[in-house]
Formats: sequence, structure tokens, C-alpha cells
Amino acid sequence: MWIFRLFFSSMQSPSSISVRCRLFARYAEIVGQDEVTLSLQRDATVAQAVAVLRQSVPDGARLPEQPMVAVNQEHALAGQVLADGDEIALLPPLAGG
Amino acid sequence: MSHTRNSELSDFTHSELIRYSRHLALPQVGPTGQRRIKAARVLLVGAGGLGSPAAMYLAAAGVGTLGLVDFDVVDLSNLQRQIIHGTGDVGRPKLESAAERLRDVNPFVAVEEFATRLDSSNATEIISGFDIVVDGSDNFPTRYLVNDACVLTGKPYVYGSVYRFEGQASVFAATDGPCYRCLFREPPPPHLVPSCSEGGVVGVLPGIVGSIQALEAIKLILEEGETLVGRLALIDALKLRFRELKLRRDPECSVCGEHPSVRQLIDYEAFCGAEATVAQQAMEITVGELAQRLESRSDLLLVDVREQYEWEICRIVGAVLVPLGELQARMRELDGTKEIVTLCHLGIRSLVALEILRAAGFSRVRSLQGGIDAWARQVEPTMAVY
Repeated sequence: MWIFRLFFSSMQSPSSISVRCRLFARYAEIVGQDEVTLSLQRDATVAQAVAVLRQSVPDGARLPEQPMVAVNQEHALAGQVLADGDEIALLPPLAGG
Repeated sequence: MSHTRNSELSDFTHSELIRYSRHLALPQVGPTGQRRIKAARVLLVGAGGLGSPAAMYLAAAGVGTLGLVDFDVVDLSNLQRQIIHGTGDVGRPKLESAAERLRDVNPFVAVEEFATRLDSSNATEIISGFDIVVDGSDNFPTRYLVNDACVLTGKPYVYGSVYRFEGQASVFAATDGPCYRCLFREPPPPHLVPSCSEGGVVGVLPGIVGSIQALEAIKLILEEGETLVGRLALIDALKLRFRELKLRRDPECSVCGEHPSVRQLIDYEAFCGAEATVAQQAMEITVGELAQRLESRSDLLLVDVREQYEWEICRIVGAVLVPLGELQARMRELDGTKEIVTLCHLGIRSLVALEILRAAGFSRVRSLQGGIDAWARQVEPTMAVY
């Protein structure tokens, strides 16, 4: 699989990547959708993806600047670099009990 | 071998052997595991939505000592999900009602009651007396407090939380595992995450999440299977989908990282911004002041921004109902020459309403601090609360 990806990326060498962004609980309510596809620059980081998301969806600015983010179902730090086809998820903390 | 088994079984009475027979039949439990469960001490923070099923299943499982921390009183609006309490318990302390129910579920369980709000002054002492902490609290300050106290005392923290149709569960602060702060470094601003009393919660959901917490506690006691250490379970009850995220320890975590800055418990109310800021106070009116103003017949316009069903439960005489979602469209109905007081259930939506009105040019607007709930408790005790 990775050989194929490597081959594919060296052939295409795309200048932008596409990342699927999923929003949970209150975040989905704020922006009115639970899934957004983001077009990002190559080598964009998690923090940059969040910044693009906050600008590109209605009421996106109401999302926190540094939310908890998972990339491909793994908790990620803000500096992690994204690849084409990655899925990122923004999770709000829940307090209810 | 059979001698060992016999001596293990001798710790149980005949009726306990029958009671726990379905556990004793499991290879992962058996007499050895059941003895461990009986020797275990588990602390439950909160006897509410999560605490109800967690406490009842842990008691039924035969956990030897269950500690319960709660300071609240059973309210009619709790019963939709807090199944440890019954209709006849409304008005009783939750601790009293829950302990009574647990003793009925399993008289072999010792219930230790802590009728207090867990805070920085008592958390270390209370938690130190237990092996595992199950968090069923309903607010951020308590969650950060429980996390930090568990990290500092070295106790695993069985986490669960719910909102509307979504739930989360994990096991934090276990050896080599991440803690709650590795995931959520800082609490969100209060407006971003409404509580269940503002946003609602489907009653079955805390039943599912609280049961998962009880299960994780049992597995930690047995040291069997794979616990949620290093994983966050996400439950979407509306679609009934379970997902999980892999978690990792944050080396820069302020409490469990390599260079922790939190070495003792802090002021969690201040940390979470739960105390009203000076700026917020200037925008609010207390129930006491409002009562005086209404008594002196001053020219106030009371705008209740709750939903119709809440209005049917209770209302302040003289208020007008404009649900928050309709405020923008119905603003013209409001007399801009009067001083306006916005109010809601707990004083959160009314602050949003205040922002909307001020942005639209209404200059004299204040929000009722604590909402109609505070009004009912302090000014009009015959009023229904929910």
C-alpha cells in the first residue's frame, strides 16, 4: 500500500491535499454539519487544518483555536503533518454526568 | 490445588456463593477474581446519571467497599436517567437514597458515604483511601480535580461523560497511560460546552456509559482483558456507533508529563473560569436585586429566553417569553426605552441573549445571574425547579 502511495505521490506531486474533517457533539452543532472536506497545502499541520476549518465554515470562528484533534483515529498534537486522504476529528470535552 | 480453591471459597458465605455463581463460573473471575472484587475499594464521585448504573453494577458484582461522594438532593428532573433514585426519594439527599438502594442490591457491600462536594481541600484524603476512582461528576472543575488527584495519588481514574446523544469513556492516570489533561489540556470556555441541564441528555445514554465505567473498574480489579487505558471510546447513541481513538501520553502534560507544573491540587473553579468574571458580573443582575426592583415597581422588561416547555414548568410573573432561537426575529416586539433583564434556566442562555440585544443596539440590558433556578431557590421557594 505504501509503495503504491509513494509511487502515486511521486507521479502526481500534488500541491494540495484533501482531508476529511469530522466534528463531534457541540462542535457539529456550532457549524451545523458533522463532516467537512478541507483542501490544504501540502505538508499542512493539524493546527493549519484547524485554522482553515475555522475560516471556511459558517460560525467556524466560534470553534476553539486549539481543540483536541485526532488524525486517523489517533490523538494528535498541533504540529503533526497531514497527508492526502487523512481523516481528522475534532472532539469537544463533555462534562455531563 | 483443590486445597487452595477450598480456602479461597471459604471467604464466601453460602449465600454469597449463590449470589456470585455466574462470576465464579467465568475463567476470568472464578474464586480468585471474586476475592479480589470483594477486597476492592472503589470510589464513585457523584450519584447521578453515570453514578447510578456504575454504583449498582459494582455493588451487584460484590465490590467490598464502595465510597460515594455527593452533596446534592434528589430532584424530580433527575429521575429520567438517575435510576438509583425513585419517585419517593425526591427531596432526600442523593447519598442517603443511593446508599439505601445499594444496601438492598447487595448487603455484603460496605457503603462509605461522603456528604460533601469534592474539592481541593478533601480530594486527596478521600481518594487515598480507595483503589480506583469512577467519575460520574457533571462539571469541568470536578473532572480536572479528580484527574489531578488521581495522578498525584497514583489511582486509576475511570472516566465517563455524556452530552445529548454522545458519550465518552476512558481509563486515565493508570501506570504508563495518559491522563485527562494529556487529552484536554485546558478547559473550554463555559459557553462552548453547555451542561446537560441546558443542552439535555437522552436518559439511557448515561446508563450505557456508566455501565462501561463499572465494567472497566471490574477489569482493573481483576487485571483481566484490555481496559480503556490509552483509548477513548466514543459513543454516538443517535446512530448507535462506537468509535475509539488511540491516546498517548503528552510528555508536556502539566500534571503527568516530564516536567509537571501542577504538583499539588489547585483552585479548579478558577482554572475552569467557572467563577463569574468581573466583566460578566457587570452584565448581570442578582435575583435579590431583581426582587427588589420588581417590588418597587420599577420599569423593567423581563425577557424569558427559555423554551415553551420550560415556561410551562415555571415562570416569573410579568415576564414575556421569547425563546432564544426567536430573539433575533422578534426583537421589534421589545420596548427599547425600558431597561431589559434577560433570564433563562441557569443564566447561560440569557448571557447569549444579552449579547444579541446589545449588538442590536439595546443599551440597558442585564442577565439574571443563576437564572430562574436561583430565583426559585432564593426568592420564590414555592416555585417548581427542574
